[in-house]
Amino acid sequence: MKTTIELTQNNSNVPLLSKNRWSINAYLFLLPSLAALIVFVFIPFFQTLERSLYLTDNMGKNALFIGLENYILLFKDPSFYNSLFVTLNYVAIVVVVGVLLGFTTALLCQKSFPGVKIFSTAYALPLAIASSGMALVFGVMLNQTTGILNRLLHTNINWIADPKYAIWSVGILTGWLNSGMNFLFFSSGLAGISENLYESASIDGANQFHKLIYITIPSLMPITFFVVVTNIINAFQSFGQIKLLTQGGPGESTNVIVHDIYRNAFMNYRYGYASAESVILFFIIMIFTYFMFRARKRGL
Amino acid sequence: MDNINVLEEKKMGIKKSPYYRKKSRGIILVILNIIMICIVLFPLFYAVSMSIRPEADLYNLDVGLFPRQITLKNYMDVFRISNIGRFIKNSFIVSTVIMLAQLISTSLAAFSFQFLKFKGKGIIFALIMATMMIPGEATIISQYLMVSGWGLQNTLTALFLPYLTSAMGVFLFKQAFETFPVELYESAKIDGCSDIKFFTYILLPVSRPTIAALSVTSFLGAWNMYMWPLLITGSEKYRTVQIGIAMLNAADAQSLLLMLAGVVVCMIPSLTIFLIARKNMINGLTAGAVKS
Repeated sequence: MKTTIELTQNNSNVPLLSKNRWSINAYLFLLPSLAALIVFVFIPFFQTLERSLYLTDNMGKNALFIGLENYILLFKDPSFYNSLFVTLNYVAIVVVVGVLLGFTTALLCQKSFPGVKIFSTAYALPLAIASSGMALVFGVMLNQTTGILNRLLHTNINWIADPKYAIWSVGILTGWLNSGMNFLFFSSGLAGISENLYESASIDGANQFHKLIYITIPSLMPITFFVVVTNIINAFQSFGQIKLLTQGGPGESTNVIVHDIYRNAFMNYRYGYASAESVILFFIIMIFTYFMFRARKRGL
Repeated sequence: MDNINVLEEKKMGIKKSPYYRKKSRGIILVILNIIMICIVLFPLFYAVSMSIRPEADLYNLDVGLFPRQITLKNYMDVFRISNIGRFIKNSFIVSTVIMLAQLISTSLAAFSFQFLKFKGKGIIFALIMATMMIPGEATIISQYLMVSGWGLQNTLTALFLPYLTSAMGVFLFKQAFETFPVELYESAKIDGCSDIKFFTYILLPVSRPTIAALSVTSFLGAWNMYMWPLLITGSEKYRTVQIGIAMLNAADAQSLLLMLAGVVVCMIPSLTIFLIARKNMINGLTAGAVKS
């Protein structure tokens, strides 16, 4: 009965079903995702914005409205400037190490050779590795007395307890963790470069180095931009490896923003202050995300 | 005329270029790759190599990269001394729930966006996509106060609650569904096929690559997560693997090697999943970034 009605309706130019039926159905399908996002992303986000304007008690309740006082305090706090500086420093190390590793490994797997599949699987492997687990492994590797690094280099440096080296330790670790993802992005970029370009370059007498400088690198520019921005966003959000490897120390030399937020909120119970810091982090990341989306739109 | 001659010569040159040059280039490539793989995989190799040696060899300066004796004692001990079995079970439950919940919620939402007509579609989709811009750290304080305010601290529920859906998943499924001809959906409707039937029996079976891609990324993400479990669970009973292993981190030699054994044990599931579903994972990762 129902189908016949629908069929006859379809023959005339009216929609299959009344608009109402469609809508309710559609909203029901959306409900699980939308509800979860509203409850666990949107509401907490606006609560964070709100909390950043309050002085909070130890239970995280908004006790006293203080307007922008938290932000003013933040921008007067040398520790916050140190966090920003450390974060920028750290992000730079992560991006350089991660992008170079990813690019080099992708380049090495551009041409087919026996065993290329095994190698490319290995290069993508860091993707699947937990940052916390790897931080523990690095901790053993960098140990002053028993660690392999000092033995290989014949040095006696405490890589984690020396402010000069600690930031490099966590930076290189995160760069390594990101290298698997970068390898994949660069590989898909390399796969998109037409073989004809290389062939005609060969005919013109270009050697491998010329091809790299004049064809490969320029062709990869858009994807490189995307990879760099993605890596910056990731690096800004690092927490686990820093918490486990250096606890933000020595001193505050590896106290990146997320770690500082964690310290302020969950160790000193300054929830309002930490929320203000979160809001600033959000704006920094939003700017980079905007660039990433723009890069995507340009057709990467 | 001259130019053409030069070109001809060059082409001939390429054709005549000795075979061994190509071969030697391949050999160089393999050698470079072997050097690179040693650098990239070194931390993993080191973790395994350390975890299978007796603790006496940790301070023995004569024993280098390769263990002199191989023992599985550290692995036995890590299961005996710590609660690693329970941590693995907890992580497994939480990761599986997150994976299934994300698959169901995101595919349903993407279906609605792609096939159904309703008011405010554009705005709702933009809102969902906008959540990708909000980093987890900007909401985690509020999430923590909210979830612990409900009295859910130290429960498995609290561990998966904030991660039941993902904007990226909605995006990936919508992209996959875009390739599905709308005419087929319409004719299924005319034949009296309900939306939910169409979704379950027609649409999902053809979206297998996307399902696989999202399963892997969501499971691995959940398995490897650190900050949220650290905040919301304090008791041994609800500890996940990443937190549990980090707790083994102490100064004495024995627990150092135990900890590394624990790290290796917890990497095994992640690596297995990665190796099985590598192709799908790669497609899922690069789908958003690269136009294929």
